[in-house]
This record gives sequence, structure tokens and C-alpha cells, in this order.
Amino acid sequence: MTDLKYLIFLGCAIPYRLPSYEISARKVLKKLGVELVEMPEFNCCGFPLDPVNHDMMLTFAARNLCLAEQQNLNIMTLCNGCFGILNHVNKELKEDKKIKEKVNGYLKEIGMEFKGTVTVKHLIHVLAEDVGFQKIKMTVKKPLSQLRVVQHSGCHVVRPAKYIGFEDPENPTTLKKLIQVTGAKCLDYMDEPECCGAPIVGVNEEIPLQLAREKLDHIRAVGAQAMITCCPYCHIMYDLNQPRIERAFNEKFGIPVLHYPQLLGLSMGIAPEELALKELRVNAAEIVNICS
Amino acid sequence: MVETEKTEEKGTEQKAVLKSTEMDPKFKYKISKIPGAEKVMLCFQCGTCTADCPISRFDDFYRPRKLIRMTQLGLKDKLLSNDVIWLCSTCFTCIDHCPQDVGIASIVRALRNLTVERGHMPVGYREQVSNILKTGYAYVISDLRLKKRQQKGLPALPKANLKSVAKVFNITGFSKTLEKVEDIK
Repeated sequence: MTDLKYLIFLGCAIPYRLPSYEISARKVLKKLGVELVEMPEFNCCGFPLDPVNHDMMLTFAARNLCLAEQQNLNIMTLCNGCFGILNHVNKELKEDKKIKEKVNGYLKEIGMEFKGTVTVKHLIHVLAEDVGFQKIKMTVKKPLSQLRVVQHSGCHVVRPAKYIGFEDPENPTTLKKLIQVTGAKCLDYMDEPECCGAPIVGVNEEIPLQLAREKLDHIRAVGAQAMITCCPYCHIMYDLNQPRIERAFNEKFGIPVLHYPQLLGLSMGIAPEELALKELRVNAAEIVNICS
Repeated sequence: MVETEKTEEKGTEQKAVLKSTEMDPKFKYKISKIPGAEKVMLCFQCGTCTADCPISRFDDFYRPRKLIRMTQLGLKDKLLSNDVIWLCSTCFTCIDHCPQDVGIASIVRALRNLTVERGHMPVGYREQVSNILKTGYAYVISDLRLKKRQQKGLPALPKANLKSVAKVFNITGFSKTLEKVEDIK
């Protein structure tokens, strides 16, 4: 049996913008008996540095991995971007001696060395693989059988398959199964695995907003009452930006976007206030009503 | 077809006759030495990457297939002054779908890195880079937010090791690049 103890890697976007994700994740993980250890002195995972300097990205990511190695604990991230980068670099350094040597050369300057002794997991991997569906099911006190939702896993938790290989990126089912455990119905919709576009918002806003509009349109078409995400960047695109999308395209969506742990928390019978549902931009009061 | 019509209509890219003097035959070898970009020469221009690219659906100019061809041809100057390379959203669909296992998104990343080395970087990235140097995080998280964390019952956010951060900027040579880099608006 796996020891349910992880170093929590918060990344930047969650403390900056989405405490609601962190609050709800900590609540449900506690209920499931998962122990979280705070990660000392961590820095940005490295994702925003890759486009400007690949070596810097590698070193930033490797430094975080070394911190975990020092604690002898595996990393759990809540953010797809952090997971994508840390997992990729971890695997690359474990497999490629040349790159490992190069990065260790940089790390030596800050008194560190990558050894390759830990693994990196995303929240949904921890829940599906380590905690297990059965155990989650046992904590569900109020099955959300009245609720019809859709999933959006996002990209960096499934692609590139070569480095992740947890599930089929064309048909990701982990989040879907995690949703079904809560009793809610998870509907299929068009272009489910499509990107939210968030990584280029700093360069071009128009394209990501169009991408997000299209996704919201597909979700509305199947009559979902809410959308469920597991990445802060995807969440920002669909929740925080939803009023902007509505204004820009003169449309009304009104689709609440919940972090997965918020949905799970509701099914566990945790009070809505404790799950920071009020912090969502798109009002989720109706979802709370349906669930209570 | 749509691609050609639209580009002609906007007149930003004419039906170009490529001059051999514009091509750097060694460029593809340089790119193929960069991690992730090793298989650049294996691209046979099927266009799967572009057909499946979410950005290409909403932009008239961003075409991963074209970027790879230009790389193979060694159109270095055209590539490294081309703003479209900053449009890849790194969804990695192209990498997963490529029948030749070409790391398309990684090649685009390599092109971006070279553009920055040449001294050009989008404003958004400069901001994030300077935030990281200042705080260790990609954003400047205000004291108010940090205080609110505690009110919400969240543990204090660990402080980053800024000495180490600055050192990594130096040893990777990025501090020097940063001094000369100009913004791409």
C-alpha cells in the first residue's frame, strides 16, 4: 500500500489567483487521509522560462525536484503546468545521462545534485491511483445524482503521451471517473481534449478567448450544468474570463466552473462555505442548491 | 488553399521566391542538436500538426508545418524575426500526432530560445521573467494576498530562495541575454 504522504507543490498561479482550488483540495485530501507536507523554498516550476531559455527551465525544475529528494517525498501538484514540467524534467533527467550531467553542472553551483529518487504526480493521479476510487466512494455521503457536468482535463496532465502515458490523451477518462464517483453524471461533448489557450494569453488574447468561447459553446450544447477542471490556468480561462467572453461575443453562457475538489467536497457533505465556492466568478449558487 | 488566399489578401506575405542566399544550410543541423528538436529533418510535410493545431484554426498565419519546413530550408532570419512563433500554446497535440515523431512544439521552443538569444522577447515573458527574479514566482504575490491566505486558514507561502534563483540566471548565461534583450510588442 502506498504511503499517502506528499510534498505539495503549489506553483505560482494558485497562490496568486485561485486560493479556492487550494482550499478545497486540502479539505478533501484531509478527509481521504492524505498527508500534505509544505515544500520549503520552492520556486516557479520553470514552465514560463522554457520559451525564453530551455536550460533555465531545466534547472528551475530540477532544483524543485532536488528539494523533494532532500525530503525523500514524492511531489503532488495541483496545476497541470507544474505537473507537466516537473514530470517531464524528472523523467528526462532520469533517462538522459547527457542532459542530467549538464543540469547537475548548473545545480552544483547552488549546492545541489539531481539523483532521480522521487516521482511527480498530479492531484488526479494521486486520487485515482494512490487513494483509489473505492476509498473515495466510501467518503461520498451525498451522491450528486441530480447533477450533469462535463470534464476538462486540460493538456499538460495528458500530453505529450511519451512522458505521461497515464491515459489516452485523445480520450482522457481519469477526471471523468473521478466525477462519476461523486454520483454526478459526466457528459461527453465535442472536442473534449482541446486546449484552453491560456499559455499564450500574454502574447495574444484573441485566440485563447475564441478557443474558450468554442468550448463553452460545446458544453452548453449538451446541457451541462457545470464544468469541472483540474488546472488553475484552464479554470481562469473558463471562469474568470467567462464574463469577458460573453461581452466580446455577445453571448450568454452562465456556466459555473468548479475545481474538481469542490465537486468532490460537496459530495462528501462538506459545507459549501468551506469549499470557497463563493470565490468563483460565475455564480455557482444553483449548483450548491442542486447538491443540498 | 485557404492559407495562400488569406495571406495574399492581407498582403503581408507575398508569393515569395526564395533566394539561396537567404538559406543557411547549417541551420537544421544546429537545431537538431537541441534537446527535443533532434528529429527536425524527419518531417515530410504531411501537415498533420497543422490540421490538428488549435491555434491554426483561429490564426491565419500560424502553421507549424511551415515553420518546420522553413527550419529545414534554413530560413533563419525569416524565422527568428517572425512573431507567429510565439503563438504556440504548447498543447503538445502536434507532438502526439506526428507520424514521424518530430518534436514540433519543442522545435518551436528552440526557435523562441534563439530569438531571445538574438535579443527579442515578448513583453509578457519579460514581465514573468523579472517577477521570477524578484520573487521566485512567476507573479508578484502581494502582502495582502499573503495575509488573506492566513485568514482563510491556509499555511504561509514558503519564501523562495532568491539567492539560488539569481545564481541560476547567472550560470545559465541568461542574465547577460536579459541585459540586451528588446521587447516584442
